[in-house]
Amino acid sequence: MVRPSRSYRVFQGINGAVLTLVVIVTLYPFVNIIARSFSGERHIRAGEVTLWPKGFDLTTYDIVLRDAMFWRNYGNTVLYTVVSTVIAMTLTTCYAYVLSKRHLRGRGVLVGIAVFTMFFTGGLIPNYVLITSLGLKNTVWALALPNAISVFNLLVMKAFFENLPSELEEAAQIDGLSTYGILARIVLPLSKAVIATMVLFYSVSFWNSWFGAFLYLDRTELMPVTVYLRNLIAGATGGGNAGAGTEQLTQVAANIQAVTIVLTSLPILCVYPFVQRYFVSGVMLGAVKG
Amino acid sequence: MTTPTVGARRTWRQALRRDWQLYSLAVLPLLFFLVFRYLPMIGNVIAFRRFEPGGSIFGEEWVGLRYVEMFLGDPTFWQVFRNTLWIGALTLVFCFPIPIVLALLLNEVRTRALKRFVQSVSYLPHFLSIVIVAGITLQMLSTDGPVNHLLGWFGHEPIRFIQEPEWFRTIYVGSEIWQTAGWGTILYLAALTTIDDDLYEAARIDGANRWQQIWHVTLPGIRPTMITLLILNIGTFLAVGFEKILLLYNPLTYPTADVISTYLYRTGVESNSFSYAAAIGLFEAVIGLVLIITANQLSRRTVGTSLW
Repeated sequence: MVRPSRSYRVFQGINGAVLTLVVIVTLYPFVNIIARSFSGERHIRAGEVTLWPKGFDLTTYDIVLRDAMFWRNYGNTVLYTVVSTVIAMTLTTCYAYVLSKRHLRGRGVLVGIAVFTMFFTGGLIPNYVLITSLGLKNTVWALALPNAISVFNLLVMKAFFENLPSELEEAAQIDGLSTYGILARIVLPLSKAVIATMVLFYSVSFWNSWFGAFLYLDRTELMPVTVYLRNLIAGATGGGNAGAGTEQLTQVAANIQAVTIVLTSLPILCVYPFVQRYFVSGVMLGAVKG
Repeated sequence: MTTPTVGARRTWRQALRRDWQLYSLAVLPLLFFLVFRYLPMIGNVIAFRRFEPGGSIFGEEWVGLRYVEMFLGDPTFWQVFRNTLWIGALTLVFCFPIPIVLALLLNEVRTRALKRFVQSVSYLPHFLSIVIVAGITLQMLSTDGPVNHLLGWFGHEPIRFIQEPEWFRTIYVGSEIWQTAGWGTILYLAALTTIDDDLYEAARIDGANRWQQIWHVTLPGIRPTMITLLILNIGTFLAVGFEKILLLYNPLTYPTADVISTYLYRTGVESNSFSYAAAIGLFEAVIGLVLIITANQLSRRTVGTSLW
């Protein structure tokens, strides 16, 4: 190994500084929002809140956490995520398995039907017209069905199935197992890793989505929590201020957005450290193929 | 095969008999693609037909190019078209190269733990809902937020960023970088690990310094990844972050913030001019398709890398 030169050590120093700056710029907004969510109204208005709470105050948390609509919307998010993910996993797994069979007649066409939709889509208006005329508005199906297959996820799964050793399936076939049996009893148990990754991909994207709900759901009690937050940001509602006294209102107005941002991102922030690597490996899997 | 049609028919019958269970698994997914992907594509005919809410999704009667002529003569359309080009161009210029630079910097970090930490932190914004990202952006830029706080240190008056049209593009691109730069490094970092160490060794023996090694070994090593992502970025050039703009803009910033997709959303869904909005949407989708095909052909001819 050659001894690092002086200029290289300088470069390493600068590199370290730049990356530290990247970390700070990425994290500071979170730190500031959290500090703001616990701060008193006067300190927020004066722009004094930076890294930690000033004039500690829990009024807004208290009010948002006692708001029935907030919890209802949170429940909706959980429900919509579970239903949508189950449907998406079923359809994606079935189709990916079919596409992974190289001997299958018409396989190229079946792949083409899926891949073409990556480059050309119907667009917002025809989709809106379709969902409306199917009578799916104000139901969970308007959110789940149109997003049942992500072609990217489909290709990742297909690549995974293609790389499974074919001997096991052939042996099972000789033992008289049907295609359904092979899929359920041989292939799926071998695919736990990719299934876990796909469940994560789908559930995070459904959990985070808001526009479908905004477009197709009309009533507040049907909204997911992302739309609850969106309405707060857009100033469309006063948020959970029902039952708040007048002196509480100024406090709530000052940091209800910060409080709601903290409360809605909390679940993602909690699971993030544990699931991050599955995401990375899933993307790699797709990149090798795609 | 002497008689291709008979042969094909026979093998299709054989294939169905042999693999009917596999084909049966494809039925529901195919139904999904048909109803939720291909029907809306056909539904674009309402761009050329009169449409009545509650009527057929394919419209009532042909009106020819009336709606196309309508938007081509609409000054607001040209304004949102210009805004789209501006925002698309700025996004491409900033959001495409920054992950490459970041990946190269990360690649030079010799401490594994430090590299891991920076990566984990920089991926984080990618996992948050766009609503949360928009909420954070607006909070950072509010008159009592940290950005104005920083400006205050330099004796600057607070700026009402969110109401000023001249700030919108900066805000949009900035928030896009914050959200996507870290995650964008993943594919480059993967490509960087595949570069053979012998190439660096050979370059060193030839007397290349570190910059020359980056220029002659590292960059060519990640070139296929760069080009693939560039083609994809060009293909989605017009499809600028619709949801984010919808969350960040307001009537005061329409002069710079309103783009094709937000405009067609407002005319279509909010004002019920479905055919008019569909015509604009079709225009955008066709340009998108043309862009990606052109970029793909160009890159196949010039550098030999292409998506298909």
